[in-house]
Amino acid sequence: MKTARETSATGHHQAWAPILEVSLREVFEMMLSSELKDADRAQDGPMDMTSMVGLAGQLCGVLSIQCSQEAAKLMASKMLGIEPQQVGPELCDAFGEICNMVAGNFKNKISGLGNGCILSVPTVISGNDYSLHSSADSDTLEVRMAFEGNSIVTSLRVQA
Amino acid sequence: MNSIQALIVDDSAVMRKIVERAVRQAGIELSKVFEAGNGVEALAVLAENPVDLILCDINMPVMDGLEFVKQLSGVANAKQAAVVMITTEGSESHVVQAISLGAKGYIRKPFTPDQVREHIVPLLTVKA
Repeated sequence: MKTARETSATGHHQAWAPILEVSLREVFEMMLSSELKDADRAQDGPMDMTSMVGLAGQLCGVLSIQCSQEAAKLMASKMLGIEPQQVGPELCDAFGEICNMVAGNFKNKISGLGNGCILSVPTVISGNDYSLHSSADSDTLEVRMAFEGNSIVTSLRVQA
Repeated sequence: MNSIQALIVDDSAVMRKIVERAVRQAGIELSKVFEAGNGVEALAVLAENPVDLILCDINMPVMDGLEFVKQLSGVANAKQAAVVMITTEGSESHVVQAISLGAKGYIRKPFTPDQVREHIVPLLTVKA
């Protein structure tokens, strides 16, 4: 397996797609007791919740998860073991932690990144009337999955 | 195993709830659970309350988990506590540092109740 530095240098980040998908699936299975399905089993809805975590060090970039507010509430409810309508201010905390765990799980699976890459605290944006401009836009890896019938998009923008 | 008092240290309130639930699902009986959002808050809890188990994140504002564990050596109410780090920071250097400072175990997020049981129960059994 190529190290993070070698893959980053060659720009072949698409090879990381299966690792990103496994990282995502594990977080949902272990922390939400929910099995993610293929994206064609999801309904398109407004992607009005975004959670982001920055990566710095041997791999520089941004990992983000986008979904509808309804899906984010469902994630929080499953994490906390409560009904979706009971989810209140903890919504952003829960959605941010999911992104944080996916980013951490992903970097721990890439050879050389465990020690060589640090994560930022998560940032959560609600609403979809925004554009994201990152210096890490040179190469974007995207994984689309279905969570309880809702579409979720996980993106890794890497600074080459 | 007797009922124990635990301190959960994480800057995410949601993660603190999830860790508590996972510990209970692992079959560990908790008589009292204290929560803290960083190392400084955790030291303030320990100034007043003895605990048997400390579950601590590493990346936190104000005082991180490694600095907190370092300061535990001078805290009487933590003398009998088993310290386990629970974090997304799975780097080997963090593990080595945490263990050298006195942590007895290390759990990576995401985790299952089974993993929590595997890592924590032996520590509590040894104490008993």
